[in-house]
Amino acid sequence: MTETEPVTFPQDRSCPYQSPTGYEPLRATRPLTRVTLYDGRPVWMVTGHALARQLLADPRLSSDSTHPAFPATTEGMAAMRNFRVALMGVDDPEHHAQRRMLAPSFTLRRTTELRPGIQRIVDGLLDAMTEKGQPAELVSAFALPVASMVICELLGVPSEDRHFFEVQSQRLLLSSDVADVRDAQSKLAAYFAELVDRKQKQSEPGDGVLDELVQQQLREGVLDRQGVIEFATVLLIAGHESTANMISLGVYTLLQHPERLAELRADPGLFPAAVDELLRLLSVVDVLGRRATEDIEVGGTTIRTDDGVLFSPSVINREEDLYPAPDTLDWHRSTRQHFAFGFGIHQCLAQNLARAELEIALHTLFDRLPGLRLAAPPEEIPFRPGYAIQGMLELPVTW
Amino acid sequence: MHTDTRVEINRDVCIGAGQCALVAPDVFTQDDGGLSTLLPGHEDGGGAPMVREAVRACPVSAITVSEA
Repeated sequence: MTETEPVTFPQDRSCPYQSPTGYEPLRATRPLTRVTLYDGRPVWMVTGHALARQLLADPRLSSDSTHPAFPATTEGMAAMRNFRVALMGVDDPEHHAQRRMLAPSFTLRRTTELRPGIQRIVDGLLDAMTEKGQPAELVSAFALPVASMVICELLGVPSEDRHFFEVQSQRLLLSSDVADVRDAQSKLAAYFAELVDRKQKQSEPGDGVLDELVQQQLREGVLDRQGVIEFATVLLIAGHESTANMISLGVYTLLQHPERLAELRADPGLFPAAVDELLRLLSVVDVLGRRATEDIEVGGTTIRTDDGVLFSPSVINREEDLYPAPDTLDWHRSTRQHFAFGFGIHQCLAQNLARAELEIALHTLFDRLPGLRLAAPPEEIPFRPGYAIQGMLELPVTW
Repeated sequence: MHTDTRVEINRDVCIGAGQCALVAPDVFTQDDGGLSTLLPGHEDGGGAPMVREAVRACPVSAITVSEA
């Protein structure tokens, strides 16, 4: 084996639904290789499906993003090292207790109960969009509000506040300016602190997840006020950003595959499988980061204590042995086992809700607007930079 | 699958991801706390081929299938 220069990570995609062409060397070097971060730091990159399953379940890899040796993939992320992220930035046993508190709100049964509400939100937004006329900008008229309004309803956050937190979480996750990231972070913290205070004073408690946390866990002392604020922050941001981007990029991808879309329209029973295949192919959250807390032997290689270990779902989800012709959109293959929701103890808490939202949003959109098409040349439509959650920045459509 | 197989869920490690109930809804369900549980009478997996799939889908390896 010849030693080659490690590729830099992350990189921008050239096609919004394909893994960056600059990651080709990663796909050729499974299951483990090295990459270089923005600041020149070398870290491990897990590229093999089986090894990713093994290591994401390994308690010697920590998710604590406040640790100085945790791999930051951007300057903005490095600036947020003081920011404690509940659930996804916490290790067991603390993580286990947090997850147990929230699990009852995200069961398959609860998700099924939420479906009529999701349908109502989707229908209302499409009514408003078609009334306003064409062309429309689908990210702001549909993808983002579907995701925001569903999570608002579930958490018990007033949906009229959605513009505020959409803007602030965009700044937090997308800005390359450190001062901007810090400012967004403090504005969000102040907003949630006030929201929790309001909920504590309410004489008639609402029925959202945050209301339950305030009425039960906070009152019983299982959780303190800061704990509720941290939960609210992570649930709201994670709950709307990734789903909104999956919707916009999912629509773009399907419009670029007219024969597949025709098949889906002819047999809507294929939607659940299509959603999982889109999750696999698009891999909108394209980096998972960990830090080794002790030396880990991996097939003759040693990952050292405090080494950074990254996983790129778009690379892992394209392992040819498991997914033949991995760059093609094909929901007739078995797509289960993809890493779009991660794996191990941190696997997405709300994955079943996300699946339901995607299925209802895509199905209803293509059902109601059979003539839906892009209102600009596809290669001119802007999408998000490689370090962010992947998705469309704008999606001009007509029908 | 033999009828003398035995499905067990380690509820201490279960995180309530619900993947087993999604993959094999005839065998697994979630209780009110979100934790996985076997549907009554399905401790042997009920001969469902999807039980092996559920074992693989569990992100924390909480499900084991053993020959009795």
